[in-house]
Amino acid sequence: MLIFECPYCGIQADETELSPGGEAHLKRHGPGASDEDFEGYLFMRENPKGVHFERWRHSNGCGKWFHAARCTITLEVFGTYKAQTLEPPKKIKDQIAVKRPGWSWRTFS
Amino acid sequence: MSEPQTSLFPQFNGYVTVSCESDMGMIIMRGSVTAKGLGAALGTSLPKERKIVEGKEMQIAWMSPDELMVLCRKEHVADLITEVEGSLSTQHALVADVSDARAIFKLKGANVREVVAKLAPVDMAPGQFGSGEMRRTRFGQIAGAFWMTGEDELNIVCFRSVAEYMYKQLCVSATQGSELDLWT
Amino acid sequence: MSTRLSRGGRLIDTSKPLTFTFNGKKLRGYKGDTLASALLANDQMLVGRSFKYHRPRGVVTSGAEEPNALVNLGKGGRFEPNQRATTTELFEGLESTSQNHWPSLEFDIGAINKKLSRFLPVGFYYKMFIHPRPLWKHLYEPLIRQSAGLGQAPTSKDTSTYEHFYAFYDVAIIGGGIAGLQAARVAGASGRRVIVMEQTAHWGGRARIDDEAVDGAAVESFLDNTLAELQDLPNVTLRTRMMGAGIYDHGYLLGYERLSDHAPETAGPRHRLWRIRAGHIITATGAIERPLPFAGNDKPGVVLASALRDYLIGYGVSLGDRTVVVTNNDDAYLTAIAVKNAGLEVPAIIDARQGGAGELGEKARALGIRVETGKGIAKVAGGKRVTGVQICAQAGEGVALEDIVCDCVAMSGGWSPVVNLWSHCGGKLFWDTESVIFRPDADKAPTGHDGSAFVSVVGAANGNLTQHAALKDATDQTAVVSGVANPPEAPSTVSREDAAIEAVWMMPEGAGIKLRSKAWLDFQNDVKVSDVQLAAQEGFESVEHAKRYTTLGMATDQGKLSNINGLATLAGALKVDIPAVGTTTFRPPYTPISMGAIAGHARDEVFQPIRQTPMHKWHVVNGAYMEPVGQWRRPYCYPRGEETHEQAVAREINQTRSSLGLLDASTLGKLLVKGPDAAKFLDMLYTNMMSTLKPGKCRYGLMCSENGFLIDDGVVARIDEDTFLCHTTSGGADHIHLHMEEWLQTEWWDWKVYVANLTEQFAQVGVVGPNARKTLEKLNGMDVSKEALGFLEWKDGTLAEFDARVYRISFSGELSYEIAVPATQGMAFWNALLEAGAEFGVMPYGTEALHVMRAEKGFIMIGDETDGTVIPQDLGLHWAISKKKGDFLGKRAQERTHMVDPERWRLVGLETADGSVLPDGAYAVGAGVNANGQKNTIGRVTSSYHSPTLNRGIAMGLVKNGPERMGEMINFSKIDGTHVTAKIVDPVFYDKAGEKQNV
Repeated sequence: MLIFECPYCGIQADETELSPGGEAHLKRHGPGASDEDFEGYLFMRENPKGVHFERWRHSNGCGKWFHAARCTITLEVFGTYKAQTLEPPKKIKDQIAVKRPGWSWRTFS
Repeated sequence: MSEPQTSLFPQFNGYVTVSCESDMGMIIMRGSVTAKGLGAALGTSLPKERKIVEGKEMQIAWMSPDELMVLCRKEHVADLITEVEGSLSTQHALVADVSDARAIFKLKGANVREVVAKLAPVDMAPGQFGSGEMRRTRFGQIAGAFWMTGEDELNIVCFRSVAEYMYKQLCVSATQGSELDLWT
Repeated sequence: MSTRLSRGGRLIDTSKPLTFTFNGKKLRGYKGDTLASALLANDQMLVGRSFKYHRPRGVVTSGAEEPNALVNLGKGGRFEPNQRATTTELFEGLESTSQNHWPSLEFDIGAINKKLSRFLPVGFYYKMFIHPRPLWKHLYEPLIRQSAGLGQAPTSKDTSTYEHFYAFYDVAIIGGGIAGLQAARVAGASGRRVIVMEQTAHWGGRARIDDEAVDGAAVESFLDNTLAELQDLPNVTLRTRMMGAGIYDHGYLLGYERLSDHAPETAGPRHRLWRIRAGHIITATGAIERPLPFAGNDKPGVVLASALRDYLIGYGVSLGDRTVVVTNNDDAYLTAIAVKNAGLEVPAIIDARQGGAGELGEKARALGIRVETGKGIAKVAGGKRVTGVQICAQAGEGVALEDIVCDCVAMSGGWSPVVNLWSHCGGKLFWDTESVIFRPDADKAPTGHDGSAFVSVVGAANGNLTQHAALKDATDQTAVVSGVANPPEAPSTVSREDAAIEAVWMMPEGAGIKLRSKAWLDFQNDVKVSDVQLAAQEGFESVEHAKRYTTLGMATDQGKLSNINGLATLAGALKVDIPAVGTTTFRPPYTPISMGAIAGHARDEVFQPIRQTPMHKWHVVNGAYMEPVGQWRRPYCYPRGEETHEQAVAREINQTRSSLGLLDASTLGKLLVKGPDAAKFLDMLYTNMMSTLKPGKCRYGLMCSENGFLIDDGVVARIDEDTFLCHTTSGGADHIHLHMEEWLQTEWWDWKVYVANLTEQFAQVGVVGPNARKTLEKLNGMDVSKEALGFLEWKDGTLAEFDARVYRISFSGELSYEIAVPATQGMAFWNALLEAGAEFGVMPYGTEALHVMRAEKGFIMIGDETDGTVIPQDLGLHWAISKKKGDFLGKRAQERTHMVDPERWRLVGLETADGSVLPDGAYAVGAGVNANGQKNTIGRVTSSYHSPTLNRGIAMGLVKNGPERMGEMINFSKIDGTHVTAKIVDPVFYDKAGEKQNV
């Protein structure tokens, strides 16, 4: 039963107010994409032991999608941020670097 | 226009009373919640994050970063929509009458906070939530939003199709003998 | 025998006598009693039978860890099995019966298993009853089920009510013993929001029994003062009869409050499940005494030393006249002293330690109690009740040194801190060899959302087993987690000089197999020392495997008594240290909680939300048979009189096709999509081109997932240049609304589009049939003529006095209007249509008629023709897939090789040769077999109905190369093994030219 702070309305939302949405920062591949790129976009997912970036929606709340950076082992939440971005904000990445020095996730570190 | 159907539920008298408000008009506005001209059209300042403010014969609630809800008398809805759409004519916005899509319940009694705390994962302790705030959350298995209009008075809004579920679960939660008297 | 003493009983009120029954026998007790203390006061030591051997079982503890004294409680709508007598408060009229015996508690036929115990070793059932396989189901299992089992399942509906309560605290303290209360004092004084919960009805825990002075006065006054202080603090919530059931991620804590178990006549819920979010959780859950493993330690009359003390001092109940105390630590000496002080006999204290006890040993001797050190119990005499013990040298093999006559044995193998809650959310333990306990490792605490520890364990639960140490621990730790700058002094107490405990995992140490196979570890599941050793010998080395193989710790007490002795035994058998074996995983709840509490208020009418249209009540009143469509309830059909559903459906279809039908279509999703980029957005969402749709027109569209599969369909109406109204399927409105929001918020966030779900703002009615137009014209309003409102057009206007938006769309193939009015006008509008349509014999029709009529027209239905693996191309819907658009959701996916494979199963119509109805979902079989030797399948039925219009069975299905095989006959399997032959035909069975809908 996790708690995340919704970055849109500022509520410390109980997990039962939220809906999970899988991995964050996927890049859409559409017509013209190679089979490999398209497969990666649709099916290939990170399954890290440690730092992870996920999508959540404040479904029983303001209805907005946001991203959360958290540790899959300890469930520590490094931060949440709005979904309208292609990569985690620097503030979040710095926060993770303090807690998990040397971390990396996909192309982020 | 035909006489509206009054799909009312009888007032329930538990340790708080539960009644359904039928003549409330509701308008949602998607767009910039700080839109120029909108406040002027509504004749009031606009609510900040998670707030609900009192306007002239209406209340305006912050629903999300791009959504406001106006609560007013039902007969004012059509004129208000025209005014608001006028004030937003040059902006990208969506304004719609949702009066019939929602149901509003009014709870009254010393322990209104407890009824909410039985159904919604919200900190209802005095000092943690109070008048002037609008909270969207979950009541049992459905979405809902509520605000307090006094220490012993509270309004809840939900979708019309599940109004009966909301009414009944509010009644169950407000049943005499189930009060905790935690905050009174 | 056990009996009530004339004096003593700190927890009972002898001025308030109560009557209750056990197995029909009327007995007496007092207010404040537990069922266990009251049974013992009535000499009812024998309370049940064990699970496997049906051995007689007596009360062995005085608390939540009780494995034996489980009873069926109450009757009718309040009946509950497996209730622990030790945690059941007595009330007037309580009814209880014992469990797991047949025909009676005193004489049990299953006890024959005990005689066979040599032949029923651990894993016996697994080994014996596995072959031959069929015998398990038909012979072994029914027999075993009859003879094994706990309480009875309730047969009546539960009449009690339950609820949840969401609460938020800075500090939550679990346990209202002396450590918990001291923690509450410190946390409360800090001004933080604090809750303290105590699972029993009274505060103070064991401190009230052992009565060691605090601040120079009786503990009672310390407790009373502390409680009074806490009650005055507005920031502190105190709850008794509330157990900390489980600790979960991010400070989530379940509190299980039992409001009226002890007072059934009280109004309000029976149980309340508190769903608490706590900034920090302090568990002050105390410790549980361990039994000692010696032969016959399961006989009624052998009890924990602390339990005996509780019954004696707390409830004024003596468990026997002559009590032998057997121990490996000093604490049990308190029991001997208490017994002696109550005027009863203690023939001997058998202390396994050569050195004996510290100052308590002196005290006992001074009272004239014989103390035997370096000794153990070789065996216990007696059947349904202890009659004596044989003592031996602890270091030996069990040669009897002396027989001592006694009717009670009080045993203590030391104390185990209750670390369950600490462990629920990942807190780790370490083995303290000196204290012979697992204790919380503060460096490996459960961590919360910010990465810091959110649970602290204080007092005895933290391994501080003396009152002195417990109070200091609670004070210091609470000050830190409450942010108290200047920690207060702990109350002053006298520290006692105890001798160290010595581990005893078998008594005597060198006991042979005969004794070991009579030395119980798990009393309820009948697991003995020899069983665990056998499991180790057979290779079950992991504690988790050994647990499941032997069932050690799998009884309703979840190993509260047996765990440590069991894993020490396993460690011994494996010749490794105890920490190397480790513990099994502690899982919530701490003790079982009621199913009712878990469900909360969600039962009966509020079990789940049922969505209702504005005309819902009319349907119900008019006899509609309702069916679930998502969370909606929609009329399936409206049977009249003696009509079957089939007859009703046929009547509704015939009337609609020949004259006039009405459909409540309010459940259809209505999503308003608005903005300068709305057209561009819908071009991405639908496979069709929506940007070319003219305002005032409607277009049927398909939506696919990014994986290419069809997810929804519906009619899109363009309201103006920037505004569209998208109709979705009934079940799909919320889902498609979210789908749109997701793409707008997370991918195309710079597109200027807003979406609003207006599904419930409108009631929508389908007015269908050749007389539909005439009916609407009778309402006097807007022009609905063909010229004014052509097929696939929409218009706003009024009909009678209703504000209406009218769409010329048809899902039946007939002349059809769908009319939306504001929801609160829906019922009146429906009535107006019934009135206007009366002269045409108007009939409301339900979802089944809708389904049949659309199938007659060859229209697909999401969920019938689609199942998440079907693409529009499979359904012959190429006309609705734009070839001009560079991109839309699903386009890339549909280019994959498997998606363009010509062998994909595609939509066709199917007609049985004999006119019968094909079984829905039936598979068509082709030639040959697949790699698994199964017949090859070449297609399946997706929709199948009896068509009243054609008076024959019609079906649609997906068939390999189907459209190229028109006229071919294929065979469909029926579940009875036979086949039915059907001809592949065009899926449009009715009005192929579409003339009827376009008039």
